[in-house]
This record gives sequence, C-alpha cells and structure tokens, in this order.
Amino acid sequence: MDIFLQQIVNGLVQGSIYALVALGYTMVYGIMGLINFAHGEVVMIGTLVTITVAGTLIKAGMPVAVAGLAGMMAAVLVCMALGWALERVAYRPLRNAPRLTPLITAIGMSIVLQNLAMMVWGRNYLTFPSFLPNMDFELAGAHFTAIQVIIVLVSAATMGALLLLVYRTKLGMAMRATAQNPAVASLMGVNINRVIAAAFVIGSALGAVAGVMVGAYYEIAHYQMGFMLGLKAFTAAVLGGIGNLAGAMLGGILLGIIEALGAGYIGDLTGGFLGSHYQDIFAFVVLIVVLMFKPSGLFGEKSGDRA
Amino acid sequence: MNFGHFFRSTVGIATLAALLVALPFVAAMGGQAWVRILDFAILYVFLALGLNIVVGLAGLLDLGYIAFYAVGAYTWALLASPHFGLHWPIWAILPIGAGLACLAGVVLGSPTLKLRGDYLAIVTLGFGEIVRIFLNNLNAPFNITNGPQGITLIDPVSFGAFQFSGTTQILGFAVSGPQKYYFLLVALAILVVIINLRLQNSRIGRAWQAIREDEIAAKAIGINTRNLKLLAFAMGASFGGVAGGIFSAMQGFVSPESFSLIESIMILAMVVLGGMGHIPGVILGAVLLTVLPEVLRYGVGPLQMALFGKMLADPESLRMLVFGLALVLVMRFKPAGLWPSPERQRELQETGK
Repeated sequence: MDIFLQQIVNGLVQGSIYALVALGYTMVYGIMGLINFAHGEVVMIGTLVTITVAGTLIKAGMPVAVAGLAGMMAAVLVCMALGWALERVAYRPLRNAPRLTPLITAIGMSIVLQNLAMMVWGRNYLTFPSFLPNMDFELAGAHFTAIQVIIVLVSAATMGALLLLVYRTKLGMAMRATAQNPAVASLMGVNINRVIAAAFVIGSALGAVAGVMVGAYYEIAHYQMGFMLGLKAFTAAVLGGIGNLAGAMLGGILLGIIEALGAGYIGDLTGGFLGSHYQDIFAFVVLIVVLMFKPSGLFGEKSGDRA
Repeated sequence: MNFGHFFRSTVGIATLAALLVALPFVAAMGGQAWVRILDFAILYVFLALGLNIVVGLAGLLDLGYIAFYAVGAYTWALLASPHFGLHWPIWAILPIGAGLACLAGVVLGSPTLKLRGDYLAIVTLGFGEIVRIFLNNLNAPFNITNGPQGITLIDPVSFGAFQFSGTTQILGFAVSGPQKYYFLLVALAILVVIINLRLQNSRIGRAWQAIREDEIAAKAIGINTRNLKLLAFAMGASFGGVAGGIFSAMQGFVSPESFSLIESIMILAMVVLGGMGHIPGVILGAVLLTVLPEVLRYGVGPLQMALFGKMLADPESLRMLVFGLALVLVMRFKPAGLWPSPERQRELQETGK
C-alpha cells in the first residue's frame, strides 16, 4: 500500500509536467491541426537557459531563490520569442501547403534547435542548480519533497491561468473561434495570424515553465532531453483527446500516474520477467489500448474527417 | 526535355543502366566508404518506396515504419549468427523476415486502422518505440536480443559458395564487398520500383488513392477500406522486413540504436521531401537525404577552415544543423516536394495554394 501511495505521488508530479508540455501541443493542434514536433526542443531550451541564467546569478552572489526566479523568467521570455519565431519561419509560410509538409519543417526545426543547443551548451549533462532546501514531508506513508509540492502547485496555477485566459478573455474567445472555423472567425474580425502566433507563444511559455520544473526535479539537463519528454507529452495530449485543453491536463496526469504505477508493479505482476526498465512502454501501450476503444482520445469530440 | 519520356525510351533505359553499373566503380575512386554510402542510399530508396505505399498511395501516416525494418534485421541477426548458433540460408531467412514483419504490420494495423490521420501517426510511433524498448531489454531473463550491445558477427549474404563480403574477381575485375551489395540492392530496388509502378495503376492502387483522397467517398463506392488499408500496411511492412534483413547482413552487426524514432522520421522525410506518391521523387528524396549528410560530413570541416581559418563550431553538430535547415528550406519553397507528380503539382496550382 505504501508503494501505491508513493507511486501515485511520484506519478502526479511527473504527470503535472507532462500536462504542461501537452498543453503546448494541444493548443497548436486545436487551432491549426498541426503537430508541432519542435515543442519538446522548446522545453529543452527553457531548461538550459534557466541553468545558464540562474547559474551565473548565483555565482554573482544573488540569493538562490531570486536567481531561480530570474532564471525562470528568462527561460519563459526566451521560449516565447522562440515559439513566435518558429511559427513565423517554419509554419506560417506553409499554412496552405499539403498536410505533411509542416510536419517535415517541424522535424527540421527540431534538428536545428537540438544542434544549436549542443553548440551552445555542449554535449555533456549539465547539473541544475538546486534552488530549494532538501525538505521531506510524509503523509499517510508517502514521502514527498518540497520541490514535488512546488511542481504540482505551479502547474496547477499555470493551468488555471491558462483556462482563465482561454475562457474569460477576448483573446481566448478569438482562439476558440479560430479553432472552430478559421474562415468564419476571420470574417468576424478575428486576426487569425495574431491568434495563431499567440497560441505558439503561450504554448512555449508553458513549455518553458515545464522545462524549469523538469530541471529542478531531476537536477540534470541535456540537449537531447526534449525529445522523449515531448514524445510522452504528445502521447498525453492524444490520450486526452488532442485539441482539448482539459483533455491534455488530465491526459498528462493520467499518463504520469500510469507510468509510475506500472514501473512500481510490473516486476511483481510478471513474476520478475519484466523489470522497471519497461516503464517507457506503458505510455504507448495505454495509448494504443485507449485509442482502440475511444478513437479520438478520452475527452476528444468525435473528430471530423481530417485525414 | 521530359524526363518521364526519356526514361521510358530504350536509349534512356540503356543510359540509366550504364550509369547504375558504373556508379560503384566511380565511387570507389573516392574510397570504399563512398560505396558503402551508395549502398545505404539504395537501401533507403528501398525503404522509402516501401513507406511510399503506405503514406504516399494509401495516405496512412506511419511514424513507426522502422519497427518493421527492425523485425527484419533481428530475424536475420538471430537466424544467421553465432548468437544462437544458427546459420540459415538467405532463401529461408528473407521470407521469414518479410513474413514476420508483415505479421507485425497486420497485428498493429488491424485494431488501429480505424483511427484517423494524426491518431494513427501517434499509435504507429508508439508501436515503433515499444519494439525498440523490447529489443533493448530482451536480454534477461532469457537472452534473446542481447540487449543494448546488439548482435555481432552476423553472416553476410551468400548464395551457395558466392559470398557478398570480401573481394572477389569477376571477369577480371576486383569487385569489393560493398560493390557486390550495391548490385544486390539495386536489383531489389528495381524490383520494388516495378512493384510500385504496377501497384500504382492497378485496381488496388487506385482504390488506395481513392481512400487517400476521401475515405468516406471511397467506402460509398464499394471499396473495402479496412482490408485495403491493412493490405497497404502489411505490404509496406514486408518491404521493411526485407530491407532490414539485408541491412543486418551488410553491417554484420545490429543493435536497438539503429531503430530509433528518428530513423522512421528520416524515411518519412525522404518520402515527403522527394514528392509523396511519386516514385522518381521518392527515389530522389531518399538519395539526397542519405548522401547530403555524408557530403556535409566531409565538407563542413574543411569549408570552415577555408572561410574562417579555424574551426568555429563542432563539424558534427554543424552538419546536422545545415541538414535541418535544408529540410525546412526545401519544404518552404517546394511544399509538394522536390519532384512531385504532375497531377499533384497541377492540383496545387489550381487551388491557388
């Protein structure tokens, strides 16, 4: 039972990170019907920028918490600029191109960003400065650390802010309108270009926040870290029903918990035949099974014909 | 001059054949490494044409194609290496590899082919990752795949006493191992080109294209969409299986690393960059995307020295950077691919896109 609670806690933390990244995928997909394959790379850049900025500030003698916040702000700003640039350079010129074309540019951008990061930050693993004292809490037999609590709280707050933005502001209304029907939305005076750019910028900002938290959680970063994280987050977005904000959040958290429980129990379940190094297959097995029964994800609307 | 007509004329075919025969000997002047690059170019042509059936003709976005290639490669590796002490002949292994890959295609396809567009893409992607993770971890408790170390000392292709590795004298010429593989691969590639051509204009091929354009309409005119989609999937998968077997034999070594998602993506990029559904385009895409990184590998370092007098950036990452930029730029200026089929080009112009 202890393992169970513990794994739920771990899964929740990991899941909140997936959820934040998944939101970036789902916002872009909901509005443009495009998989932004470079999003994982944006997250990676967010982590690495934080390491550089916060590391420099700490060396300059700033208090750790202030430096951490400054690093995070820097990461968010850089990623927002990056998201905007990505849309401008790689996607906007191709808005009316055949469907697979932007997929290839996205992959191209992803390769470019990874290699740029490798040139700037090198091939080696970087350690993330620890911002927080190593506090340990215990509740009903499950241990959790300060950083875990903060990750869950920050993601919850960020997601709340996003929901407010999308459902309570004019920009949000414009985004929802564009997602439903871009042509009609533009006839109603919505500036489609601005809305799409906004989706990229906001998604990238969420990605940056997620990147900082991944770094703080694992205390390690690498120019290739964005790939698997992006893949899992995208899986989470599809699991929840891609294009659906609540779906991405729940899908992310669900995926985190499934992975944690799977890794915790697979050894027992298969009599030691399969070990926890099979953790990564859970995400995909669950995805395949869910899509077999709910072809547009857990919370997705019945999709139209968008083959 | 119309390339299509040129290649169909006798003179055209003769020129092409002469070029194909001469190519490995010309490349050998730059060293055997270039012949090996040629081998890989042809292997990727083979793979890309297999994927073209799935993506280009039937319009099913498959991001896990490399899994079938892995199945073929590991089938060969396990049945023809000291790992299990088996050394089966090629006519046993290649069909088994193709069959297993085909079976994997059907197993993956039958529950998932009702999914649309991007949902299918992510499921195939997940399947590819599952296969790779299993290959990576099936070394305990029973050692089947030897885990991340991979399988070594795999038998080369041989027909009876004729070995494809090492140099042999043929008609007074010394023909090296990679050159022999080149001819084998060209033969296979020609076979798959012919199959692709025949399929394209067959009843099945037209049905696939109908499904690609509008699945509901295709169903309404009586096309059995489920079976035909499954057929496309299985057929693409078996080509992947054959290519994997040859890869395994050519390299003498396989490890899970060769079958990561990025490989699937590269093959897809070849199909899309060249011109989806158009055979010459796909061939062009495959050759370009295999040769370009290699040319960059040899070119980027010296170029930097010449321009700036010193190494500014790590050549390895610089070459991938240039490669990524090339992908973006080509798609930016040729959205339908470098060499799209004439019909597709017309469609794009008509709609003013």
